Order: sequence, then C-alpha cells, then structure tokens
Amino acid sequence: MFRFAIILTLALAATWWVLSGFTKPLLLTLGGISIAIVLLMSARMRILDRETAPYLTLPQTLAYFGWLFVEIIKANVAVVKAVMSPDLEISPTMTKIPISGKSDLAKTMFANSITLTPGTVAVEMAEDYILVHALLSEMSDPADFEEMSDRSAWAVGEDESNG
Amino acid sequence: MFAQLIMAAEPVVHEAASASVDWSVVWSFIRNVLTVMSLAGGLFFVLAGAVGVIRLPDFYTRLHAAGMTDTLGAELILFGLILQADGWQVIAKLLLVAFFLFVTSPTATHAVAYAAYKAGEKPLLGRWRAPALEDEA
Repeated sequence: MFRFAIILTLALAATWWVLSGFTKPLLLTLGGISIAIVLLMSARMRILDRETAPYLTLPQTLAYFGWLFVEIIKANVAVVKAVMSPDLEISPTMTKIPISGKSDLAKTMFANSITLTPGTVAVEMAEDYILVHALLSEMSDPADFEEMSDRSAWAVGEDESNG
Repeated sequence: MFAQLIMAAEPVVHEAASASVDWSVVWSFIRNVLTVMSLAGGLFFVLAGAVGVIRLPDFYTRLHAAGMTDTLGAELILFGLILQADGWQVIAKLLLVAFFLFVTSPTATHAVAYAAYKAGEKPLLGRWRAPALEDEA
C-alpha cells in the first residue's frame, strides 16, 4: 500500500505540474496540500491499490494504445464504408464474448477497447462474458476478440498463468 | 501556405550556389500540410458519423456511427492541433485531452447502451438494407 501511495503522489504531482506549469512557491504549496488531502482521503477510503494507481504498467499500456489505435483506424474505415454505401447493407448481431481477464481492471480495459472500436459496443457485462452488439456480422467473430483480450490483459500487467 | 512552399523551395533551386536551406521554413511547411490533412481527415470522420446517425435504422446501430466521431474524428483533429501547438505544456495538455477522450467516450457509450438494453430496447438483428427510394415516395 505504501508503494501505491508513492506512485499516486508522483502521478498527482506530475498532473499538477503539467496543468499549471507555475513555479511560484504559493502555488507549489497549494499543490502539495492538495496531493496530501487526496492521499489522506484515498487512504481512509482504503482504495490505495493497483486500481487507483495503475501506473506501474504504463509502458505496456501505451504500447497497447498504439496497437489499439491501428485497430480503431481499420474499424473506422470499415464502418465508414458500410455507412456511406448507397444500399447501407448492415447485419447487426448480438454476441456473447468470453472474458479471459481476471481483475476488474483487465475486464474494464477489454470492454472499453471493444466499445472504443467503432462497429462493436459492449452492451452488458457479466461475470464471464460481455454481450457485444456489432454493426456487421463479420465483426462479431469471438476468435477476433481473443487477441484484443490477451493484449488488454497484458496492458494492465495481468499475468496469464496466475491471473 | 503556398507562399511558404515557394520560400522553402527557392533556396533548393539555388542550392548549388548558396547551399543554404532554411530548414525551419521547410519544417513549418510540412507541419502545416500535416495539420491540414489531419484536420480534414478528422472532419471527414465527424461528418461520416453524423451521416451514419441519420441513416442507420435503430438505436444500437446509431451508437456505432457516433463512435466514429468519438475516436478517429476527435483524435485526428487533436493531432492536427498538437502539430500547431507551441510549447511542451500545450502539447501535454492536448495529449491529456486525447487520453481522457480515449477513456471516457467508451464508458459513456457503454452506459447509454446498457441503459437502453436494461430498459428493454430491442436491437434490430439480422440483415438489413436501406429501403429503395421508390418505396418511400
């Protein structure tokens, strides 16, 4: 827990510095006080854990966002083609996609990635599957989601073996 | 913009004589071209999203069209702005905006879709195509 307090402090300080950019002592002191209050509150709420400060796996997350962005571009092009075609031929489907990630963070990452990709929206989350609405039936093949599921679990630092 | 190109290209013509190219002008020209391209691309995807929202038949399929506006439309426009920003702080803030958009827009989309599903909105399933023009007349 102490480790996450330090990580959270660094992240909050970086955010404060990026957003303000002032070096006046008064403003830096106010920033320090704000960080202290946030730390105290999150310690009292007992939420000082990996989900509050998921910055340890930031490099993986950024690498995953790079991969996800390529997927988003591909999906955007597919949806634009479908929407702009004169006869607007679509085949909406509802599919249950199994979740392999164990932690809430991995599940959230996976569901958000599905929704972020145009053409697929996560409609409902259950314990072991996500109900996904797809614009085109070829977008809803569960096999296509496996790679995204594995990669999003890796992005939040979830180990394949022990979950 | 084209004046810049001419200004940037002119030293190249006389390169053998003077051998001096003002790279800052060349860079700002490239940057402007990239900005115009990404802003135009962003506008195209926002427009496509709007067209999709109008053309698609039901609630859930319209969500997909709105998703295009959220992702590539907004991100391309932000990328164009980043290219024009001066100072690391403006760039960092724009990157933060892009990141928050990445995290919050799917959450909002999911919240809306889940609410509709729970409220009993039935999705249109199976193959669908736009009715022919004479049917609507």
